[in-house]
Amino acid sequence: MLNIPCPWCGPRDETEFHYGQEAGVAYPENRDEISDELWAKFVFYRANPKGWHAERWVHSAGCRRWFNVWRNTINHEFGESYKPFEPQPKSPA
Amino acid sequence: MANKRLRTVELPEHPDFLWTQKSPKKSYDAIIVGGGGHGLATAYYLAKLHGMTNIAVLEKGWLGGGNMARNTTIIRSNYLWDESEGIYEHSLKLWEGLQEDVGYEMFFSQRGVMTLAHSVSDVRTKMRNYYANGVADIDSEWLTPAEVKKIAPVVNISDDIRYPVMGATYQPRAGIAKHDWVAWGYAKAAGDMGVDIIQNCEVTGMIIQDGKIQGVQTNQGDILAEKVALVGAGHSSVLAEMAGFQIPIQSRPLQALVSELLEQVLDTVIMSGMVHVYVSQAHKGELVMGAGTDAYNSYAQRGGFHVIEHQLSAAVELFPIFERAHLLRTWGGIVDTTPDASPIVGLTPVENLYLNCGWGTGGFKGTPGSGWVMAHTVATGQPHELNKGFNLNRFKTGHLIDEHGAAGVAH
Amino acid sequence: MSKVTFKFDGKKYKGKAGESLATALLRNEVLHFTDSAYRDRPRGVIGLGHEEPNALVYVDSGAGEPMIPATVVPVVEGLVARSLSGAGYLPDTRDHSRYDKKYKHVDVVVVGAGIAGLKAALENAKVGKDVVICDEQDRPGGHLVHLGQEVPAELLAVLNLPNVTYLPRTIVNGLYDQGYSVAIERRTDHETSKVSKQKARIRTWHFRAQQTILATGAYQRHLVFANNDLPGIMLSHSAATYVARDGVDVFKSAVVITVDNQGYRDAIRLHNAGVQVNAVVDCRQSASGPAVDAVRAAGIEILFGKTAIDACAKKKKGTVKCVNVGNLDGTESACIDADLVAVSGGWTPTVHLATYIGVKPKWAPELAAFVLPAATKWLSSVGMVAGDFGGDDSPAIFFGPAQTEEQALSAYVDFQRDATLRDVRRAIKAGMQSIEHVKRYTAIGTAHDQGKTSGTITMGLIGAALGKAPDEIGSLTFRSPFVGIPFAALAGRERGQVADPVRRTPIHALHEGAKAPMEDVGQWKRPWYFPNGKEKLHDAVLRECAAVREGVGVMDASTLGKIDIQGPDAAEFLDRIYTNMFSSLKVGASRYGFMCGVDGMVFDDGVTTRLGENHFLMTTTTGGAAKVLDWLEEWLYTEWPDLKVYCTSVTEHISTVAIVGPKSRNLIAKLSPTLDVSNEAFGFMENKYADVAGIPARIARISFSGELAYEINVEAWYGAHIWESVMREGKEFGITPYGTETMHVLRAEKGYVILGQDTDGTQTPMDLGMDWIVSKKKDFIGKRSFTRSDTARAGRHQLVGFMPVDGQVVIPEGAYVINAADAAKPAPVAHTGYVTSSYMSAALGRSFAMGMLANGAARHGEQVAIPFGGKVIMAQVTEPLFFDKENTRRDG
Ligand SMILES: Cc1cc2nc3c(=O)[nH]c(=O)nc-3n(C[C@H](O)[C@H](O)[C@H](O)COP(=O)(O)OP(=O)(O)OC[C@H]3O[C@@H](n4cnc5c(N)ncnc54)[C@H](O)[C@@H]3O)c2cc1C
Ligand SMILES: [Zn+2]
Repeated sequence: MLNIPCPWCGPRDETEFHYGQEAGVAYPENRDEISDELWAKFVFYRANPKGWHAERWVHSAGCRRWFNVWRNTINHEFGESYKPFEPQPKSPA
Repeated sequence: MANKRLRTVELPEHPDFLWTQKSPKKSYDAIIVGGGGHGLATAYYLAKLHGMTNIAVLEKGWLGGGNMARNTTIIRSNYLWDESEGIYEHSLKLWEGLQEDVGYEMFFSQRGVMTLAHSVSDVRTKMRNYYANGVADIDSEWLTPAEVKKIAPVVNISDDIRYPVMGATYQPRAGIAKHDWVAWGYAKAAGDMGVDIIQNCEVTGMIIQDGKIQGVQTNQGDILAEKVALVGAGHSSVLAEMAGFQIPIQSRPLQALVSELLEQVLDTVIMSGMVHVYVSQAHKGELVMGAGTDAYNSYAQRGGFHVIEHQLSAAVELFPIFERAHLLRTWGGIVDTTPDASPIVGLTPVENLYLNCGWGTGGFKGTPGSGWVMAHTVATGQPHELNKGFNLNRFKTGHLIDEHGAAGVAH
Repeated sequence: MSKVTFKFDGKKYKGKAGESLATALLRNEVLHFTDSAYRDRPRGVIGLGHEEPNALVYVDSGAGEPMIPATVVPVVEGLVARSLSGAGYLPDTRDHSRYDKKYKHVDVVVVGAGIAGLKAALENAKVGKDVVICDEQDRPGGHLVHLGQEVPAELLAVLNLPNVTYLPRTIVNGLYDQGYSVAIERRTDHETSKVSKQKARIRTWHFRAQQTILATGAYQRHLVFANNDLPGIMLSHSAATYVARDGVDVFKSAVVITVDNQGYRDAIRLHNAGVQVNAVVDCRQSASGPAVDAVRAAGIEILFGKTAIDACAKKKKGTVKCVNVGNLDGTESACIDADLVAVSGGWTPTVHLATYIGVKPKWAPELAAFVLPAATKWLSSVGMVAGDFGGDDSPAIFFGPAQTEEQALSAYVDFQRDATLRDVRRAIKAGMQSIEHVKRYTAIGTAHDQGKTSGTITMGLIGAALGKAPDEIGSLTFRSPFVGIPFAALAGRERGQVADPVRRTPIHALHEGAKAPMEDVGQWKRPWYFPNGKEKLHDAVLRECAAVREGVGVMDASTLGKIDIQGPDAAEFLDRIYTNMFSSLKVGASRYGFMCGVDGMVFDDGVTTRLGENHFLMTTTTGGAAKVLDWLEEWLYTEWPDLKVYCTSVTEHISTVAIVGPKSRNLIAKLSPTLDVSNEAFGFMENKYADVAGIPARIARISFSGELAYEINVEAWYGAHIWESVMREGKEFGITPYGTETMHVLRAEKGYVILGQDTDGTQTPMDLGMDWIVSKKKDFIGKRSFTRSDTARAGRHQLVGFMPVDGQVVIPEGAYVINAADAAKPAPVAHTGYVTSSYMSAALGRSFAMGMLANGAARHGEQVAIPFGGKVIMAQVTEPLFFDKENTRRDG
């Protein structure tokens, strides 16, 4: 049961959240022009690092807001969380 | 309960000799990265069917210590789509002769796998699966709740539970095996044919020249190779990144648990996707159970306890007789999930570098088939008919092989 | 302590209330407790608590236990237990005990109420922290409890502080990320041998703590020598405790075999309790310290540089008769008589909890033990587990003497698994070098006790064989839980109908009153059909369908997901979400829409109504509501923060009663006299506000059946009133309630898809023949994916109708379709499609079906074959529209 730091509500139990994978993957602007390959990257490919990972969560059973947070996938330690469109803090690594 | 003390089955002993711990040679014809079931099976079939014995399996930890050591060993082939039916059924056929072929006891037990349906729409989905298997000539039966009860008397088929059992698909040829015995069987047989099995050897980089693989860097030094196969399951993304490309894999915790040894009460395998529980009773008598994956990416080989609690509440509903059983041990593996819950087996953007991953929550059953097609792919440089569809390209074209089914986990 | 009577293996015994079953049986001279699992070796108790590998029992009385060590079963009046041999039973009776759960946020959790734990609790409590302190024993003191000593009063006082919660009989069973831990409190088994009606038998605690302090102490380990498993050979600390504290007096003479000074302390305890200690056999060359001095002073012989090599059993009883003592290399051995061989093989700190969260214990050679390293952010340890053995133990790193092949056969490493030194040797010879491999090769550490006593020994033996230190052959990760937990305890109260929340509409009670069988749709209960008396599904549905098509039917549509969408950019937002246009929708009008995932596959549908310029009410599928709301918000928050739009789930706010059929206009007119119901004034897909049965309502002319229909939307709590009014006022029109099944048939007759039934996440709108719903004028989520090569490919599976040639045959849903030319071929045979919806139609007077067919849109008119149930039936491919093809009925 992770204890996830929601930037609006503070730390809460994992069961209040839904996971949103890699943070900061933008919806391509020029969708009609990009190759199928690049489009596939947006649709199906997300980072999956071993170590610090900037990822998204939504506080579904709380404030219902999305946010980003650094988390270490080796030991589940959390780094800083940040709101959507805020600049990404440096990786704790 | 009988008055005499229950005696549990004792498994036979493993053979006197399994393998020798080798140090790497300077170079090999092929290197297999990952000493899990799939890597070992690949080595075995490369040696046995393609005559390639100047090869090595590199394992960063102890052999067969990844998901191979952690899975709940369900084996079946009643998948939905043609491509999946093809590869899993081929695998099941190999299972049927595997102990003799490899020369190792594996406790392959065709005790049947039952997949329960709990709602009208769940029934409809499972029915389709049943008919799909019918035209593909994969053994499959549809069971009414009464028939479920006949095969597995411990299942609660009363209406008075939250999600009553409304039917089930049943594959009689499906079953379980003992994972360590499978891994060790392949390892021993491969080793006996001259394959180098190298443990505590972590691949840390790829040597690539002009878009072609030349070998790998490891904590035991550089090792050259004509061909390299990446069979790293949960670590596949990390390996692909070393080779300079990305794959659509997310590594997730998947947990399982066992009880103490108990008198046999269940001699088939029961899965229920809707309430997230699957269970069998192993040869010695322990109940082996698994749940759904935890929600987030992780390489920690552990998950949250709430997943276990939820699973046990579902379990005692479906199997009231399990109430008193003890949760003795839980653990987690790192499963490599793909967007369509189907594996990726084939070529990569790097020449002579091959990839086998994405088996996610359900690759134990695929072990022989996976190794078999992978060996073909490595040996010939081309995918076999059976793994052609499981290419990386499908994420670009949209030709996915979506095996999520109605509810989540596909074991 | 009061005397109580209990039964063990069918025999009656007396014991003291509260003591352990193992104690009581030892007192009753039960030394040969059971036989081992595989080798049939006689075995007795060796330990004090959960580390016990031999004395497993099945408990008949009370809630029952399939298998549990007798060392942790409290003796109570009426207890009935029997011995086991490593495997338990699951009785086929229900356990009516209650199990509950508690969740607690706390500053500090201290695991273990020994001296170290109490001190830690005190320190933290003094500075005002909220402290929980748990201990598996029924009283504080840890080791002192074993010694029968009092806990210093100033330490005991901590338990009474208001900011301290002390939980006896509570085992912290698992440690998880960020200070989460799970503990099991046993609340009734020590009070009664019956199922308690008042109290939960087990409470599962979930703690979230800022700090967790492990003060879990250590278990003693045994030594590996031939016949070390004979009853009467015990861990010295346990033996001394049974004898000195509990007054067990079955042992007249003893030999202590030790590797440390603990053995001396236990020798003194035995000696003081009146046991004749024939020798202390110490593998070390010398020893010093108060306990050693005391042993000397007591005149007990000390043999240095020697250890146990073998042991012999008494002929009849099978318990130990003498121990064969010799040099460590096995030479020069001789027997010393003893009823009790007390073995002190060193301490194994209870590091288990920490290893699961990735802490690697470190090998401390001076303690011959794995101990926990320094504190992490939220986890620290104190006492023995942290390597503070508090004295002069000076253990040797020694796990057993040299043994011949013959001796190794009975030199047990893991008693419960009957695994021996010979097995470990075989494993190493076979090439196994990692502890994990040896464990798997030999099964050591996998039994009920999870290797509490055997783990370090095994590592030591492998290390010794390979010439390595124990920590060089890997490290053991102990998996939670620390001790077994009944499944029922973890299921808690999430049982029966509350295993998962049940969602019911405000009209539910009326449906139940009408005896409608329910269909589970997600968490919702929906009426499946409304039988007339004993009527079965098939007949009821034909009747309900006919009633709707000829008269008027009523359905509870309240479960559909409803999302209120407001804001100046709401229309623009919906244009991006839906494949079709919503900004062009007039206020007061409704439109049916499709949503696709970014992969271009249809994932939800529903009717959305424009309630105001900047205000929409979206409906979703019943099962998809939560998913859709998440989806909308994800886009708003993470991609389009510039859009001013707010989404609120209002599913439960509104009751929706649909009246459907040619006579629905008469009925709505009767229910809502002020409403102009003419087609001109109230057209298809329009909404009106009016009172219905005296309640303000929004009435929508929406149809999912092709019939004239009105959906009455009211504040949720009026739902039942509306339903009752409809039933009452509708009587003259033959009002017929119908359920989900009839709804499915009616829509299928019109070729309307149900997402999740006719789709499986692999269909584009075009695959469903619904190109019309895909706007060419705007972009929307998923559009880009339509041009991918496979998605744009000709010949994809497309939605078609299947008309069985024999109109009395209903094809099973899910059946696969093959080409007519393959009709006679046995499986395996290539398929070309599958059936998704199939029914008998009252309106058509025959069966019909829909499904997906490869290149289906171009194959209308073709015959295909459908094998099922051992036969093959032929069907004609048609367009997926079967009834009222001209759409003449929707306006009445
Ligand atoms: C709890 C659980 C239950 C499951 N239940 C089932 C089931 O019932 N039925 C079923 O069919 N499947 C099941 N699975 C899935 C199945 O276990 C996996 O799909 C399958 O084992 C994956 O293939 P593998 O055996 O090769 O993987 P692994 O055993 O994980 O092998 C991969 C190996 O690669 C090694 N490696 C990684 N990176 C490197 C590197 N850089 N250098 C060297 N070596 C490296 C790893 O150490 C590992 O040993 C389950 C999985 C889990 C976790
Ligand atoms: Zn929040």
